Amino acid sequence: MAGNKGRGRAAYTFNIEAVGFSKGEKLPDVVLKPPPLFPDTDYKPVPLKTGEGEEYMLALKQELRETMKRMPYFIETPEERQDIERYSKRYMKVYKEEWIPAGSKPKKAKDAGKGTSLTRTADVLKKIEELEKRGDGEKSDEENEEKEGSKEKSKEGDDDDDDDAAEQEEYDEEEQEEENDYINSYFEDGDDFGADSDDNMDEATY
Amino acid sequence: MWMDEIALRLPSTMTQAEIKLCSLLLQEHFGEIVEKIGVHLIRTGSQPLRVIAHDTGTSLDQVKKALCVLVQHNLVSYQVHKRGVVEYEAQCSRVLRMLRYPRYIYTTKTLYSDTGELIVEELLLNGKLTMSAVVKKVADRLTETMEDGKTMDYAEVSNTFVRLADTHFVQRCPSVPTTENSDPGPPPPAPTLVINEKDMYLVPKLSLIGKGKRRRSSDEDAAGEPKAKRPKHTTDNKEPIPDDGIYWQANLDRFHQHFRDQAIVSAVANRMDQTSSEIVRTMLRMSEITTSSSAPFTQPLSSNEIFRSLPVGYNISKQVLDQYLTLLADDPLEFVGKSGDSGGGMYVINLHKALASLATATLESVVQERFGSRCARIFRLVLQKKHIEQKQVEDFAMIPAKEAKDMLYKMLSENFMSLQSIANLIERRQFETKENKRLLEKSQRVEAIIASMQATGAEEAQLQEIEEMITAPERQQLETLKRNVNKLDASEIQVDETIFLLESYIECTMKRQ
Repeated sequence: MAGNKGRGRAAYTFNIEAVGFSKGEKLPDVVLKPPPLFPDTDYKPVPLKTGEGEEYMLALKQELRETMKRMPYFIETPEERQDIERYSKRYMKVYKEEWIPAGSKPKKAKDAGKGTSLTRTADVLKKIEELEKRGDGEKSDEENEEKEGSKEKSKEGDDDDDDDAAEQEEYDEEEQEEENDYINSYFEDGDDFGADSDDNMDEATY
Repeated sequence: MWMDEIALRLPSTMTQAEIKLCSLLLQEHFGEIVEKIGVHLIRTGSQPLRVIAHDTGTSLDQVKKALCVLVQHNLVSYQVHKRGVVEYEAQCSRVLRMLRYPRYIYTTKTLYSDTGELIVEELLLNGKLTMSAVVKKVADRLTETMEDGKTMDYAEVSNTFVRLADTHFVQRCPSVPTTENSDPGPPPPAPTLVINEKDMYLVPKLSLIGKGKRRRSSDEDAAGEPKAKRPKHTTDNKEPIPDDGIYWQANLDRFHQHFRDQAIVSAVANRMDQTSSEIVRTMLRMSEITTSSSAPFTQPLSSNEIFRSLPVGYNISKQVLDQYLTLLADDPLEFVGKSGDSGGGMYVINLHKALASLATATLESVVQERFGSRCARIFRLVLQKKHIEQKQVEDFAMIPAKEAKDMLYKMLSENFMSLQSIANLIERRQFETKENKRLLEKSQRVEAIIASMQATGAEEAQLQEIEEMITAPERQQLETLKRNVNKLDASEIQVDETIFLLESYIECTMKRQ
């Protein structure tokens, strides 16, 4: 700890050497405002690297950006309602693959005391019911649905093996509440397609 | 430890730069909902589902969806805590790796050609996939690019997949452990995924028979945009999955090891000559699987072994090899070290030293480009002086604490600035694109019209008319936009290379403490 440096001079309450200044050194000027946002530079930046690899990676980057937007992992925010309903919009929608990640479904926090004792068979039956209900909706919507079907099956297969009873019960509850035939057909004319519940965004219109 | 001192000295704005960049990346790749959840987890750390929903004001259903996407892509992990509460945690550094996807994919192309390239691309785009799913997707994609009537065999794709697994570029994901059915009591709320070291690169015995399929032309209009028409059903979605439950992912660490090796070989080639760099490349190749990615140096290799492993057709005599090895070991850069005399001489690659040199060279060039040659000279002299003092230390692998601290601090600061730069680049690119949104959409519409007209055999004059819908100044504007966007994108890729070098050094140094 630096003691008093002399009469009338302030002493630091910490060791100035720890910050990198030697004792008695002139400290830099006090800065009164933030530095300019785009300061002039004396030296211009080096030109970018060019070459086959760099060009390929650039094209790849831009392609990937577009591809990602079309994948089922890109979750659209519900669009704001348009002032004028554009008829052509109905025919320009690109159908996305449906993606049900049963295998990697997040598990909800188990509420204390909410033990269950559902048997495995009951779970499986419920699951099959669920799939049948959803099955029709998904197939008619998918671009590459044979791929999707197999992916979903593999995930569902995982699900049966892995999920616990509590998760099954909660899954069924949540999904069934929003899985409502009424809602599906209500928006059939496309007016509010995708505008409301996200659950029904990629679902079928019959 | 003094690592904590470093953490305290760095401004809190450093984490802000990381968060900002993660936010931009998540938003570009997965949309705003996933971005909101992801960024929230990065900021707050581990949280359970309901707390996330509450804190972000998002519906439970949307949070679930977002978490699914993030978990699927290895960006978020989960853990069961006491009282059965499942908490989710984001991996910030893994999010930043999304910048590197083009580099991973292109590297695979150079090593395993188009087939390998698409395998890694599908794994990165989907996060995790079974081998059978990858093979099918890739076969279909390759078939699209082939001449009419030709198709890609599943077997060929499988072979490439196996090679990628053998060289560790792809690896199995942790999976649910098989428990005995006699296990009493309710199952846990979330599985704890595990993977055995020896299983990580084990390819399941599959006999994938088939060929890639082209997408039928009726599913697309002439411009290649899928019509808003329901695609026909196909029959093969009823087949059972042979490797159900065995998921694969790209092994990013292995790619990083490859990049590091590339950088070292390239540095040796620049500083010395082609032959020296080939010798170093051979040594690195021999150490690929036996040396961990954070090891300070490779396992010792004897001159005899190295001689035997030189690439076929590289005709240098044993004596010449020994001369080169001696020169390399004597070089002040100390990339190669001699660790013994048996077997004709035992040699190692000093990985940590090499990374330090590369990172330092990066810093030096940054100083030069930003502040001019005079400053760069001073910077180099200061570093050199420290290097000379260091030589007085006994063990060549040890760096005095003070110097290491300073180096680390410099690297971290520069890393922070690079991350900030990339965030700025992305924001600028998004801004430019938004400014020109109307024009871009118009241009895309015109292109689509022209393409469909060409497909139906329109006359030159008609096509000309449509093209003229875009005025000359508009064309100019589009050209400029394209040029700027390309420059910004290319800059992102290049700055990420700097980040890679700096972070490799930082990681290696941190692990040594």
